[in-house]
Amino acid sequence: MRDPLSRQVQQLKPSGIRKFFDIVSEMPDAVSLGVGEPDFATPWPIREAGIHSLELAHTHYTSNAGLQELKTEIARYLKRRIGVSYDDRSEIFVTVGGSEAIDLALRAMLDPGDEVLIPQPSYVSYEPCTRLAGGAPVIIELQEKDEFRLTAAQIDAAATERTKILVLPFPNNPTGSVLRREDLEQIAEAVIRHDLYVISDEIYSELTYGETEHVSIASLPGMQERTVLINGFSKAYAMTGWRMGYAAAPERILKQMVKIHQYAIMCAPTTSQYAGVEAMRSGDADVARMRASYDQRRRYVLHELHDMGLPCFEPMGAFYVFPNISRFGMTSEDFATKLLYQEKVAVVPGTAFGDCGEGFIRISYAYSLENLKKALGRVRKFVEKLDGKTEA
Amino acid sequence: MAELSDKSKAQILEILEKDSRTSAADIGIMLGIGEEEAAAQIRAMEEEGVICGYHTLVNWEKISEEKVVALIEVRVTPQRDMGFDKLAERIYQYEEVQAVYLMSGAYDFTVIIEGRSMKSVAQFVSSKLATIDGVLSTATHFILKTYKDEGMVMLEKEKDERIQVMP
Repeated sequence: MRDPLSRQVQQLKPSGIRKFFDIVSEMPDAVSLGVGEPDFATPWPIREAGIHSLELAHTHYTSNAGLQELKTEIARYLKRRIGVSYDDRSEIFVTVGGSEAIDLALRAMLDPGDEVLIPQPSYVSYEPCTRLAGGAPVIIELQEKDEFRLTAAQIDAAATERTKILVLPFPNNPTGSVLRREDLEQIAEAVIRHDLYVISDEIYSELTYGETEHVSIASLPGMQERTVLINGFSKAYAMTGWRMGYAAAPERILKQMVKIHQYAIMCAPTTSQYAGVEAMRSGDADVARMRASYDQRRRYVLHELHDMGLPCFEPMGAFYVFPNISRFGMTSEDFATKLLYQEKVAVVPGTAFGDCGEGFIRISYAYSLENLKKALGRVRKFVEKLDGKTEA
Repeated sequence: MAELSDKSKAQILEILEKDSRTSAADIGIMLGIGEEEAAAQIRAMEEEGVICGYHTLVNWEKISEEKVVALIEVRVTPQRDMGFDKLAERIYQYEEVQAVYLMSGAYDFTVIIEGRSMKSVAQFVSSKLATIDGVLSTATHFILKTYKDEGMVMLEKEKDERIQVMP
């Protein structure tokens, strides 16, 4: 029999920490700090809008690009929150989560051999999606000393004549790093200097803390025409299970993305789209409430980590902290595995987000204070053992 | 400074309203103001009567002890010079009375009464409440089941259904 599998797919390396995830799934009594989604349920008015749409029998396809009503709300939202105007008919469309939009943007823009700059540590899908689209990933290693911010100098060092796209994943999963306006201004200059396009994954845009406000690169002069802005409902409105994202981009690019979406997906789930309209119309107060709560827990987790001697820069976005565990002289995966077996706490090894995540672990604070206390108490015990402060 | 401390006061109250056992140390960390400042603000709010008490939300249905709660609509004639306040006082002095609210609309007070049985509550209403000078009428509604109280849903704790580790 012939090999049923595509060579390209087989060559795609599986997530390096699959093994670790499998161990966790067999330990139901483990306390987790490893989730990648909000602990809140979707606010009731949004859920209710979804239910209401079902009662009204809105159970059919929508147009490929999504409900016009929703696209209009998204355009208003983008104007309101990041100060960029998009045409709600030709420059916005609704996807199945932000992740679909990432895949489509890469497929719509890449020819074989085109290079894509991917800063890491970052979310796991940019590299494989680039490969599937025929592109060549070029990894930029973000540095702890830069608080994991991308610098223009790093773009200059990595860009070649074949470089076409820069992926900009900020606020960042897993580091929690946020780019400031001055960082973005220099990055934008470098982008224009090398004639690149930007895929700006802004899924955590609503979750920034303190004085730090999210700035979209699309809002900088000359950048809207070079940017595919990707965002969604999952993190801001606690809607991960609804699978709702969107892309905003120049019509020329967006049209081709919608074309692929039309053949592969048809449209985003109709119920979710109606819920999404409600989220955009009435969700601001709920987002503020959840943001305030994350911020309190962020301070708590940072305090505890510093107190137990796990150095960690102060992340101003998303709901993750990324402590440095290199002083224990073991790999991230070893550290996470031992922590899991000895204290039954699940964290994600930094290497899940790229090789340069070695020496770090990702801790999520999308948990109740009670859960954080319990889990961090165990981490403290584990660290104290490693430090020889208590008997193993 | 005053504005800053007003903001942190509101945040402290929100935290305590959800869980009054959260320690001043934890609150200090979560709000980035330090334990001493958090404790001082809590103390000040207790003294000012902003924080009126710390209670436990009990689901009495879960234990065998019988307990009946009723909501009474009370119509009254306001008294000269004292309006409703004096009458309210005459009502809220009773141990059995859990809460008294002055209402807009068809009647004047909502009175929440707690008792051991429907009979004892009915007796209290007819012998104590209805006989107060100025009370015109009462209507008693017994609470049959509590679904949500003080912002808390009275159900089994929800399980965390999220996938434990995810990139």
